[in-house]
Amino acid sequence: MGTLPPTPSQTVGPFYGYALPFPGGEELAPAGHPGTITVRGTVYDGAGAPVPDALVEVWQAGPDGSLAGAPGSLRRDPVTGAVAGRHGIDFTGFARSATDAAGHWFVRTLPPAPHRSGAVPHLAVCVFARGLLHHLYTRIHLPEHATALSTDPLFAALPPNRRATLVAAEERPGTYRFDIHLQAGASEETVFLAFP
Amino acid sequence: MTPSTQADVSAEIAALRGTRPGLAHPDRAYAPYRSSALRHPRKPLVVVRDPEAVELSGPVFGTTDVTELDTDLTRQHTGEPLGERMTVTGRVLDRDGRPVRGQLVEIWQANAAGRYAHQRDGHPAPLDPNFTGVGRCRTDDDGRYAFTTIKPGPYPWRNHTNAWRPAHIHFSLFGRAFTQRLVTQMYFPGDPLFPYDPILQAVTDDAARDRLVAAYDHDLSVPEWSLGYRWDIVLDGPAATWIEEGR
Repeated sequence: MGTLPPTPSQTVGPFYGYALPFPGGEELAPAGHPGTITVRGTVYDGAGAPVPDALVEVWQAGPDGSLAGAPGSLRRDPVTGAVAGRHGIDFTGFARSATDAAGHWFVRTLPPAPHRSGAVPHLAVCVFARGLLHHLYTRIHLPEHATALSTDPLFAALPPNRRATLVAAEERPGTYRFDIHLQAGASEETVFLAFP
Repeated sequence: MTPSTQADVSAEIAALRGTRPGLAHPDRAYAPYRSSALRHPRKPLVVVRDPEAVELSGPVFGTTDVTELDTDLTRQHTGEPLGERMTVTGRVLDRDGRPVRGQLVEIWQANAAGRYAHQRDGHPAPLDPNFTGVGRCRTDDDGRYAFTTIKPGPYPWRNHTNAWRPAHIHFSLFGRAFTQRLVTQMYFPGDPLFPYDPILQAVTDDAARDRLVAAYDHDLSVPEWSLGYRWDIVLDGPAATWIEEGR
């Protein structure tokens, strides 16, 4: 345990939209990759209204299970300063999606492979929003890992009615839905995680 | 619903001050910040004692992700922005005091008149054609970041009647682990708006709140050019670590 006291969190506020999102932020998978999947959803508040000013970040292992990542998520043109975008050769592992006016976010990515034998791969997610004073973490699991997931200690320790909030639903082949409920009733509120 | 007055909000702030001694981060349910009401989970977070490797590693950024001009917010247009030119620098550290090297630091801020270059900012203060207010850099081997910019102005918002934000710069930081992620705001010493602001006061521990305020550092001021501020950042995060061979 460290000894320095941490710098407190503050809300991302309403005006990050011209600073944090970048072109291609959602496009983790190299263009045209045949194994590409889309994970998408809506961020909801406690009244069930979509949240149009949230920011969803994803960090994940590549299809080979590697967690090395790669630079170049927001590669810039040194001449104009504009975002040149990922070059599509390396899998950077990092995506950023600002919700649109309907509260909708998405990432196009490759399914993560287990980092070690026996691990259940997931997309690590960090959510920011106006009104949220401290960001929230959760995990997106894909339904094809449901069997392995049932023996995952953290998952198994959750009340059964909350487990489904951590599993994306397949809408059609290759497209998964993962809604994020910042606040909701007994079983709908997304399970958020703390890392002490 | 009738908007609250500053007196209402100040009374709520006073009632909550010091209620979370030693805790750095704000309570997500902090009621004086009205927008938090429907945007915080009601259930306690699930504590992860044994994080997965993906949560103990994190994205990497490289020289291609930033350009030299990204650290100087006064040189992003053809002319000079209006305002008080300043530099802000400091180190990004983990809780053990180790520098966070080569990681991305992103900032955004209002212009000197307190207006963001954002379509939804309806504050009737002038936009500055020579100032956007966005910067980024990567920390050096000592964990150091540095930006040249202008001092942002305070601005009104609609949390309650006559609500004003103290001047601040938004910071976004990455650590070695994705679970060290931090988005926060840096404030300026001696701002008279501090006691009235429910976002800053959401940090109810006095010592923790003070850590959000930069120090004026005369040695960082450049003669005939700019004023200097110093602000170090300590990233919170899991006690566990993950080291991959060869990384």
